[in-house]
Amino acid sequence: MQNPYLPYPVRVDDIEVATEDKSLKTFKFVFLNDGDEKKFAYKAGQFAELSIPGVGEIPIGIASSPVEKGFVMFTVFRAGVVTTHLHNMKTGNIMGIRGPLGNWYPWDMLEGKNILIVGGGFAFTTLRSSIVYMLDPANRSKFGNIDVVYGARTPGMLLYKDELIEWEKRDDINMHLTIDAPAEGWNYNVGFTPPITEEKAPKGDENTYAIVCGPPIMIKFTLPVLEKLGYSNDHIIMSLENRMKCGFGMCGRCGIGKELVCKDGPVFTLDQVNQTPKEY
Amino acid sequence: MKVVIIDKGQWAEDLEGLKKSYQLFGPVGEKDYTVFKTLEKGMLPDFSTLNTRLSPKSIVFPQSEDILEFSLDETREDHHIMKEVKKDHPSRAVFGIRPCDAKSISLVKLNFDTAEYKDPYWLSAYEATTFVGLACDNPASTCFCTTAGCGPYHEEGLDVLLTDEGDHFVAKALTDKGETLIKTAGWATETEDTFKLKKKTAESKITSAVETGNLENLEILDLHGATFWDDISFACLNCGTCTYVCPTCWCFDIQDEVHGKSGKRMRNWDSCMFPLFTIHTTGHNPRGTKMQRVRQRFMHKLKYFLDKYNQGIMCVGCGRCVRQCPVNIDIRRVCNLMNSYKPEDACAAQE
Repeated sequence: MQNPYLPYPVRVDDIEVATEDKSLKTFKFVFLNDGDEKKFAYKAGQFAELSIPGVGEIPIGIASSPVEKGFVMFTVFRAGVVTTHLHNMKTGNIMGIRGPLGNWYPWDMLEGKNILIVGGGFAFTTLRSSIVYMLDPANRSKFGNIDVVYGARTPGMLLYKDELIEWEKRDDINMHLTIDAPAEGWNYNVGFTPPITEEKAPKGDENTYAIVCGPPIMIKFTLPVLEKLGYSNDHIIMSLENRMKCGFGMCGRCGIGKELVCKDGPVFTLDQVNQTPKEY
Repeated sequence: MKVVIIDKGQWAEDLEGLKKSYQLFGPVGEKDYTVFKTLEKGMLPDFSTLNTRLSPKSIVFPQSEDILEFSLDETREDHHIMKEVKKDHPSRAVFGIRPCDAKSISLVKLNFDTAEYKDPYWLSAYEATTFVGLACDNPASTCFCTTAGCGPYHEEGLDVLLTDEGDHFVAKALTDKGETLIKTAGWATETEDTFKLKKKTAESKITSAVETGNLENLEILDLHGATFWDDISFACLNCGTCTYVCPTCWCFDIQDEVHGKSGKRMRNWDSCMFPLFTIHTTGHNPRGTKMQRVRQRFMHKLKYFLDKYNQGIMCVGCGRCVRQCPVNIDIRRVCNLMNSYKPEDACAAQE
């Protein structure tokens, strides 16, 4: 069995500033060794440890999609020691990636269902992975209606803006983009994510699941909206975050009750979250 | 399995002989305490201490251990590529590990040896080690092993169990590993199995106990919201002593260290008592108060572990935390409070 602490060596292939305030960058990595990409087979919703030798590791959701080949992509907010080093890296630099880790959005169960995605701020990475996966020609017919509510403070703070605009033009996905306050040239919704969700999102029923990722404040006000719309707690899917080290359930710090966010999660239904201590 | 006599007159010579085939560990006096150390040439294990200050968990789970190495020298082809630090453990044997500490290693194994992931460092050390236990005929007042799923003659996790008979030891092989060690040592004088009787006598000397029978029936959220946590944690200093001396505590941290152009990734014991254990980069801390951290430690040991593995509590009753806590927080009291908790009383109090 493979040593779970040992990262795959990767080369930084591309770095792009992701938001207007430059606090987020999107990194594309290419595996150095043949065969490692195949071993890194992942599903939308999983995360990986980005590993910089001599600095440390950070758990980050995988933003690329399983249907995209030849690279893996992560969008990272500059916040601490490792993310700052990452932001200072140049294309061509060598580092490591460990994973894929954690569970994923329950794709088998979601087949044949309508999907509502609610995202806020920079918690849109694994949601992007999910949307690209569902929109892939080989997969689109497996799902019913797809609705996406995605909000950010300003147009320049929306991640993957080019793709968002492309998706707006399609008729097999209903995009509901929103920003906090009116801005010049903005032709979409204005308002916080929860009220826009209330206004635009489809009603909840047995065949409709909501995947929700965003800052705590957005989650707090979106959950009552979803309840009002008729989504039951086992039809609301969330992705939790906690401080992590190992990422595969051994080091002990990310526990919420008997569940470990890294291994039993990060994806939980609201029903499951409600049965654990609120220690995330 | 074999039961043999080991003549104490031959003990030193026999162990010296064993050192040719095994790296031996045992309890050794160091300043005011006894610690488990490698027995160098001429050193004998000191069996006079019941429980060492630190548990022998470090033999398979060192307090600090290199796991990966790398070079940052860009003139090298493999710069910034991390490599496994290979552990080439020789055959090793621990002499004088107490049954509680041996059982704790089998509990910790549940964490490091799973169907999905295996910790190669812990497992290679574990697999290379033969555990030669020493039964406890004179337990301490803080020993509560018999009600913590263990006992003074408990065999789980051991390869050989020794009992002291004055001028000789009686050794019982419990596994093939144990048989091999006994054979290698040349201990061949077989004798009767008197362990049963001695076990009963030793168990009857243990007067301290915990009650655990009701823990499985309680809901996690009820216990988590119980009213007694503020009281339990009031005096706690969050010093972490309990987690460091505990044989079943396994939580660890991973850190990188660089000297010049070469570096190592290591793992170090960590503790749920420390705020840094869980703090997010944003500053948000899911267990930001001392009460939350104390609750985490006891809930993990006495409820989460029990629910997750169905192998009893994550405590073997060694009593180290009871003896060494600077403010006298006593896991036996906490366990009994948890076990007898009635959530409906808390609801009634709130109404």
